[in-house]
Amino acid sequence: MSSPMTPRGSLKTLCGWGRYPVQTCHVYCPRSESEIIQLLKSGLLLIARGNGRAYGDSALNREATLQMHHFNRLLGFNPRTGQLIAEAGVLLAEILEIFVPRGWFPLITPGTKFVTVGGMIAADVHGKNHHKEGSFVHSLDWLDLLTSEGQIYRCSPSENQDLFYWTVGGMGLTGVILRAAFRLRPIKTAWIRQTTRIAKHLDEVIDLFEAAQDVTYSVAWIDCLATGSRLGRSVLMLGEHATREELPAKYRQRPLWTPRRRKISIPVDFPNGALNALTVRAFNQLYFLNSQRKAGQSFVDWDTFFYPLDSLLGWNRIYGRRGFVQFQCVLPLSTAREGLLALLHCTSAAGAGSFLAVLKKLGDQQGYFSFPMAGYTLALDFPMSQRTLKVLDQLEEITLQYGGRFYLAKDSHLSPMRLRQSDARVETFVKVRNAQQWTVNFASEQSKRLCL
Amino acid sequence: MRAPVLILGATSDMGRAIAQRFAAEGYPIQLAARQVSRLEPDKADLEIRYGVPVSVHEFDVLAVETHASFIQQLPEQPAIVICVVGCMPDQKACEQELSLALEGMRTNYEGPAVILSLFANVFEQRGFGTLVGISSVAGERGRASNYFYGSAKAGFTAFLSGLRHRLAKSGVQVLTVLPGYVKTRMTEGMKLPSRLTAEPKEVANAIFTAIEKKKNVIYVRPIWRWIMVLIRWIPEPLFKRLSL
Ligand SMILES: Cc1cc2nc3c(=O)[nH]c(=O)nc-3n(C[C@H](O)[C@H](O)[C@H](O)COP(=O)(O)OP(=O)(O)OC[C@H]3O[C@@H](n4cnc5c(N)ncnc54)[C@H](O)[C@@H]3O)c2cc1C
Ligand SMILES: NC(=O)c1ccc[n+]([C@@H]2O[C@H](COP(=O)([O-])OP(=O)(O)OC[C@H]3O[C@@H](n4cnc5c(N)ncnc54)[C@H](OP(=O)(O)O)[C@@H]3O)[C@@H](O)[C@H]2O)c1
Repeated sequence: MSSPMTPRGSLKTLCGWGRYPVQTCHVYCPRSESEIIQLLKSGLLLIARGNGRAYGDSALNREATLQMHHFNRLLGFNPRTGQLIAEAGVLLAEILEIFVPRGWFPLITPGTKFVTVGGMIAADVHGKNHHKEGSFVHSLDWLDLLTSEGQIYRCSPSENQDLFYWTVGGMGLTGVILRAAFRLRPIKTAWIRQTTRIAKHLDEVIDLFEAAQDVTYSVAWIDCLATGSRLGRSVLMLGEHATREELPAKYRQRPLWTPRRRKISIPVDFPNGALNALTVRAFNQLYFLNSQRKAGQSFVDWDTFFYPLDSLLGWNRIYGRRGFVQFQCVLPLSTAREGLLALLHCTSAAGAGSFLAVLKKLGDQQGYFSFPMAGYTLALDFPMSQRTLKVLDQLEEITLQYGGRFYLAKDSHLSPMRLRQSDARVETFVKVRNAQQWTVNFASEQSKRLCL
Repeated sequence: MRAPVLILGATSDMGRAIAQRFAAEGYPIQLAARQVSRLEPDKADLEIRYGVPVSVHEFDVLAVETHASFIQQLPEQPAIVICVVGCMPDQKACEQELSLALEGMRTNYEGPAVILSLFANVFEQRGFGTLVGISSVAGERGRASNYFYGSAKAGFTAFLSGLRHRLAKSGVQVLTVLPGYVKTRMTEGMKLPSRLTAEPKEVANAIFTAIEKKKNVIYVRPIWRWIMVLIRWIPEPLFKRLSL
């Protein structure tokens, strides 16, 4: 019998959420720290993988991809401070299921709950409250990192500080996150008081964002197919955790309870190209008509507000077998209006209708290599095709022109050159990676592509 | 408060899934394994998720002389004992190195049979309780590829059936679990047909339901019952020529 110390790997075909690129990888599913150390000692170049919700190749490595799903235990919860200690493979969805009914909610959450604690730290994810409450690191008290030579370090803003700030946003390239302590916020109800505003064009939505600085949650959906004077037509959603008194009477009795959302699964791949300009147009029209109807104030359950797409399980299949790419950049405040116009113009001119276009105001950077910076971030989806590759090239050029940078958790297309042109921090990151020997042990297909 | 569920071999994927399932139903949990320190994270996890009391206990199935005192030192006698312990030693290595084979036989048969015998006496006297043994379809017919493992499981299956016979009138339930393939550490890296392979969670659900319904023997995925009928039915002259 092979000793439990050396986990057996197996070959699996893996991809990110965008289903592009697809890669055959040696996959290991360790159950203990010592198994990971064993793998490191055998000289493998590896990358940790959470729940594969990064869109591109961040969580793939042909030589060794470490699936962290066996590290799925909750280790401690302090109801005085809201501090939760969890292993890296715990899903946010599990945390929500357990803690919302007890009156707690994550301080920071991305737009899907099917992500792991490790994935949220490694991408230093941002939520709809970034302009006010920062990225995931803001809620993070400490993490345990298994890094080169099998060393384990407790890292926090006061202990192994550099390692801490390189690891948040470090895309798994500093080591394997084993467990972490982060804070949840107390909530009185499971509902969000939502205010919906329609903006006729880009300038208007930015004005609305600027006027809503103090609102905790804000995000806008842009109709990518609107052109001319209506370019940037969008629906802005603002939200606050509702208090018990605010709730409609029917929910006040059990304020932490919400009706279960119906789940719909996409069981098969849509044919390539099913999602064309026409269907996207129809979708956007419907969406806008619906929002217009709902404009004003409403109470929305947490699941619908924060994770609108999660009830459509496997929605990435609607893009067909070739997969899709997401483009996400952030532009600094000073150039945002002009730059966003240029990006939207390019998208709509290409007729490459993006199904989802999300706009969000971001606050300051926190981690050394985290994506967010003060400005506006735009995220667009495109079905994979030759034409999409051209559009991406153009969008990347525009981003550079306006001093923006790119979100690696979404990327599957950038070149090492462009990444460096967009982000002066890259060179330092690479230097530190070399100096700390992280390059000897940790790499993803993305880091190989981008020479990180 | 209900009496607890004791899980022997709680570090395994199946043991963990079973603990989750019973804790979710509100049972207090006793976790037992040879390296007790490895159980601490699971204890914390079960307590936070389900708010049930969890205790951890050192248990080595091979140290049969300690089994009586193991039972005595439990803070409370369990309502349900689930023995998940087992190991699958490499067949080829066993053929050459009989000490390895012996350890496998003792882990899969002797140890589990001893501990469950001792619990059986306690439960019989008390007049209630459930004993669950995880055996294997590999025990239904010996095959060249793993007959040391298979024969020990065959012994364990026969033991469980005899125990059930004995306790039938005492109100003690004995459940034999014959999972087909299960996706666990034991089968990691093997190519297993997905239709025939259960998740540890499925095993846990099946055990929970089987206890509620007072079942005797379960195959986790029903198709395995028919596969085993077929495999047992193949005449020996033909069986000898098959590679299985
Ligand atoms: C529908 C949807 C909406 C999204 N919305 C947002 C959003 O609003 N804001 C936002 O910021 N992001 C968003 N994302 C992106 C997502 O939050 C990140 O990609 C996140 O990292 C995914 O987590 P994961 O557990 O799936 O990690 P994976 O995709 O498996 O991995 C992502 C990265 O984390 C690293 N990693 C994972 N686990 C570990 C570990 N234990 N140790 C070290 N490194 C590790 C991997 O190496 C990889 O680099 C969204 C994604 C989807 C699909
Ligand atoms: N996986 C399958 O396809 C399959 C199919 C049919 C039946 N089964 C049976 O299902 C049961 C669980 O197996 P699994 O697949 O989950 O594999 P596993 O992870 O290898 O589980 C075996 C368990 O037995 C424990 N164990 C081994 N020797 C022990 C000893 N001397 N004392 C105490 N505990 C000991 C192990 O503890 P450590 O963690 O300390 O090693 C582990 O918890 C086994 O009985 C197995 O034979 C499995």
